[in-house]
Amino acid sequence: MNPMKLALGPLLYYWPRQATLDFYAQIADSPADIVYLGETVCSRRHELRPDDWLDVAALLNAAGKEVVLSSQSLIESESDLKALRRIAGQGNFRVEANDMSAVRLLTAAGRRNWIAGPTLNIFNPTTLSLMAEAGATRWIAPPEMSGTVLAELLAAGAPAIETEVLAWGRLPLAHSARCFTARHYNLQKDTCEFRCLGMKDGLALRTREGEAFLTLNGVQTQSARVHNLLADLPAVLRSAQVLRISPQGDDTVRVLELFRDAADGGLSPQDAFRRSAEWMVEAPCNGFWHGRAGVEQYVAS
Amino acid sequence: MVAGHFSRPPAMTPNRKIELVCPAGSLPALKTAVDHGADCVYLGFKDATNARNFTGLNFDANAMREGVRYAHDRRRKVLLALNTYPQASNWSGWTAAIDRAADMGIDAVILADPGLMAYAQKTHPQLRLHLSVQGSATSYEAINFYAERFGIQRAVLPRVLSLPQVENVIANTGVEIEVFGFGGLCVMVEGRCALSAYATGESPNCNGACSPGKHVRWEQTPQGMETRLNGILIDRFGDGERAGYPTLCKGRFDVNGETYYAIEEPTSLNTLELLPDLARAGISAIKIEGRQRSPAYVGQVTRVWREALDRVARDPDSFKVQPAWLAELDKVSEGRSHTLGAYYRPWK
Repeated sequence: MNPMKLALGPLLYYWPRQATLDFYAQIADSPADIVYLGETVCSRRHELRPDDWLDVAALLNAAGKEVVLSSQSLIESESDLKALRRIAGQGNFRVEANDMSAVRLLTAAGRRNWIAGPTLNIFNPTTLSLMAEAGATRWIAPPEMSGTVLAELLAAGAPAIETEVLAWGRLPLAHSARCFTARHYNLQKDTCEFRCLGMKDGLALRTREGEAFLTLNGVQTQSARVHNLLADLPAVLRSAQVLRISPQGDDTVRVLELFRDAADGGLSPQDAFRRSAEWMVEAPCNGFWHGRAGVEQYVAS
Repeated sequence: MVAGHFSRPPAMTPNRKIELVCPAGSLPALKTAVDHGADCVYLGFKDATNARNFTGLNFDANAMREGVRYAHDRRRKVLLALNTYPQASNWSGWTAAIDRAADMGIDAVILADPGLMAYAQKTHPQLRLHLSVQGSATSYEAINFYAERFGIQRAVLPRVLSLPQVENVIANTGVEIEVFGFGGLCVMVEGRCALSAYATGESPNCNGACSPGKHVRWEQTPQGMETRLNGILIDRFGDGERAGYPTLCKGRFDVNGETYYAIEEPTSLNTLELLPDLARAGISAIKIEGRQRSPAYVGQVTRVWREALDRVARDPDSFKVQPAWLAELDKVSEGRSHTLGAYYRPWK
């Protein structure tokens, strides 16, 4: 019996409404235990309105999934705060706080049992304890944190809290006020024509010698490579109880199944990693987990 | 705790004068900043506890003591940046730095990590705390969180908000607001950028470094001068082009077959023309970026901004940016060009 839980992270891309709904209908039948929902990247994206997300949440909840509403990472405007207050104010689902503004609103509303998201920059046990005292019962390690640093943090007087690690997907590397997708089309963000809509895995940025380097996803910049910890699963599971899979354009369910098999021992980590080549949109990387440049694919010798 | 219920903490200067906060990467730079009219200088220790952890830069204990004396003798303030995120294995290095800062009479520490804020508040309750730009607080709700929990008295805003958004923050918090006025431009939300970590393994958050020099390679090739960061091609320059430092968000890349500055041009932030608006919005301080720059840079930029701030204080309505100021600033700007950044909405 493996206590590991599989979480599907929030959808970071902007897909058409029906594609998004179809995607989550599939997820209802997938091995995901936890599903994070909502728009975390850009407040201009509106294919699904807040009520639509709640409908998806209800559907997944009925399918036995733990549903979490994720909050936006970059809060700029009063309307961003309004959306945040709505999420923090509802009591049906747990909330992932991706900014300290969300932490303040959740604590002010007396909410416990929320999730401290990966952008809160929790790097040490003292900060993690502060979040736990404020009501966080799960946290997601910053993607740039190495396995060693994570293990040291957990061994150094961390509170009782569930730990989640990003185990699959293009790395969310940065947020900006500027939209790089709009910039590519010589448009301003306020009049972006929603050009990111339907880019199922974002917009590829290559170096001048053609190497896939980054992915432009509106105001977010991701890695080009796919952060893939399948081969590192035994070490990851010594620290984490929850593994996060980040949604991708195709085959997300296949990836979830692969992780389930690997975690249950049906597949060795190496076999799972080899099999995963079929589902990766780019070359793999795992450097962050090994305390190296995130872009590297590190194999212990 | 009652939301939105604040008494304004005592201002650092009683008459709501905007403070000019200047960078000091070395003792000579500190003295130059003070001599040219900085109200505050900010600096860091010679280690990873601050976000400009560059070789040859920053202060050991002796230099810092002398710097504090020099500034205090002239009734200026010294702010210490301790704005990286400590981890379990190096935690005591950061808390020791806070202890040293308090011992040396530093006027405020600039922190990003909540755990460190809790430590400082508990151990040195008299020590003034500023929320670093690396804390990524872009809304009054976030800023008020840090104020309620840790008693921060000032927050430095990330370079992502438009001018009306800055005004809205100020209208809804009792915390003093400091904004960036001039210097290198972070395009990404500070504290939330792992681009350098992805390319090199060294990050602003944990190592205090972005696109660090030891990973940089300049290479003359038949295609031109190539600049690389840990082997990744950041840009390539023709004979007539001035090859810039390979800060990775300011390189030229290929998107859909088009090669351009896909993220940002090598350009500097300059908000001189917004100064009357920023003053009306009620900012408490304006920050000049550039602890990694020379004392000459610090002197030139401080002089111009001192003059500009004095003019705004005297008569904001007739304030005009002087061509001589721009000429002076252009000499030291990255890429020799300026932008208003996110303060100007179309930039976004």
